[in-house]
Amino acid sequence: MSAAPPDAAMPSREVAFRGGGFVLAPRRGVAALAFVALIALWEIAVRFGWISPIFLPSPSSVVAALNELAANGTLWLHLGQSLFRIFAGWTIGTVAGLGVGFAMGIWSVSRAIGLPAVSALFPIPKIALLPLLILWLGIGEPSKVATIALGVFFPTVIATFSAIDNVPRNLIRMGQSFNLPAPSILRKIVLPGALPGMLAGFRITASIALILLVAAEMIGAEHGIGAFILAAGNLMQTDQLLAGVTMLSVLGLAIGAMLTRIERRLLRWR
Amino acid sequence: MELVIAGVGHRYGELAALEAIDLTVREGEILALIGPSGCGKSTLLGIMGGILRPSAGRVLVRGDPPGDSLNPFTYVFQDFALLPWRTVEGNVALPLEHHGLSAAERAQRTNDALARTGLAEFRHAYPKQLSGGMRQRVGIARALVVRPALLLMDEPLSALDAQTRELLMEDFLALWLRERVTAVYVTHNLSEALRLADRVAILSRRPGRLRELVAIDIPQAERTSLAAQAGLAHLHDQLWRLIKEEAQVAEREVVAA
Repeated sequence: MSAAPPDAAMPSREVAFRGGGFVLAPRRGVAALAFVALIALWEIAVRFGWISPIFLPSPSSVVAALNELAANGTLWLHLGQSLFRIFAGWTIGTVAGLGVGFAMGIWSVSRAIGLPAVSALFPIPKIALLPLLILWLGIGEPSKVATIALGVFFPTVIATFSAIDNVPRNLIRMGQSFNLPAPSILRKIVLPGALPGMLAGFRITASIALILLVAAEMIGAEHGIGAFILAAGNLMQTDQLLAGVTMLSVLGLAIGAMLTRIERRLLRWR
Repeated sequence: MELVIAGVGHRYGELAALEAIDLTVREGEILALIGPSGCGKSTLLGIMGGILRPSAGRVLVRGDPPGDSLNPFTYVFQDFALLPWRTVEGNVALPLEHHGLSAAERAQRTNDALARTGLAEFRHAYPKQLSGGMRQRVGIARALVVRPALLLMDEPLSALDAQTRELLMEDFLALWLRERVTAVYVTHNLSEALRLADRVAILSRRPGRLRELVAIDIPQAERTSLAAQAGLAHLHDQLWRLIKEEAQVAEREVVAA
């Protein structure tokens, strides 16, 4: 090609732009708008009698049912029971899971023993063990707490030892090259390095705990959100039923928001 | 303090990485280890500092490290190996924490190392906030804070772009000219070796053997002068011929997986 000056007489046109799309940008307010529209549509559909309120009560009646439950104290009774169970079960399962997961992350022998055991026991739906746990521990709180703890335990183990596997080996070698004692390497390098993976595991186990909570309460409990939803369903009190479901959604969102706060705090360096 | 490498060889399973290396690192020198990629340079460096156990041979220390050295054999890593959850200051202080020093002495040593590497104003930054060159400065500061008797540098500049490499090399050289820490400097860059080293050890392709040991008689401080440039250019050609052939064969090698 020659470097001759451009010929002004030659027709010229702009190069067409082809790079648009496939980029997601945040759209604030759109979500809220869609949500409000959906609720409004629902309300209208029930008010105009397009949908029977027995099958799908209107949002306003769900709110009214929630208000009533809050006023007469049943809401707090059920919520309190559920919160206690989920907190106790999740904590026990997590503490045990972290311990075993750490051992499996660090020692070859524990890995060799633990891995097949976890692989065999993890796929069992823990709710299937509830009848057995009731036989062992009685119909009271321990059997429900134990179900949740078991359900939380295995994913925590897996998340913990995989998180430790993902700690860069070069950082551990670095610690050794400065003669850091083994406990220091664990505390200053392995633990913080595994923290992101462990916190991601908490998110999963929190939702598992919520699922198991409801299932366990539906099988054998007097109080608790799960028992409340089941009772409402048996009596065709669909507004109460949906009030219970709303509570679960709020509970799940609250746990998620809490974990996000903890992550922000602990993983500021990311 | 001298480091004597006697008949060191290393295998990774079936793969022979190093064979029969005899080499002495002298007090106060920079010894560059150069060779084609995969020739076992980094393996040899790992063996020198006791991070890898050699399959054959021994590494001996002759003489005692200075008394104030907290970690006589200290590495500077190619990928910096900084803890991302610690600030610059925290990373530099890490190797001091298990030595039972007083808080005042720890702070004094840390400040001193930060000042010498020009990092004082970045002390509260996290590694991800720093450029590659700054990160390696942190790596060097962390090495200096323990007053090493032998610095083991594993391609410390290869993760950096050419300009940063040049700047950091000059800074490192200025630092070294003041302190004269014995150093082994692994590189695949001949110009780096010729700028920094007192002696250049050339390794052959795998299995790595000591092919040549060349002393550079021009003091480091004078190497940028015009008079020295001619001599260095000649040396560069001479060494490049040695390395080129090895590098060409090494490049075409297929590793049996």
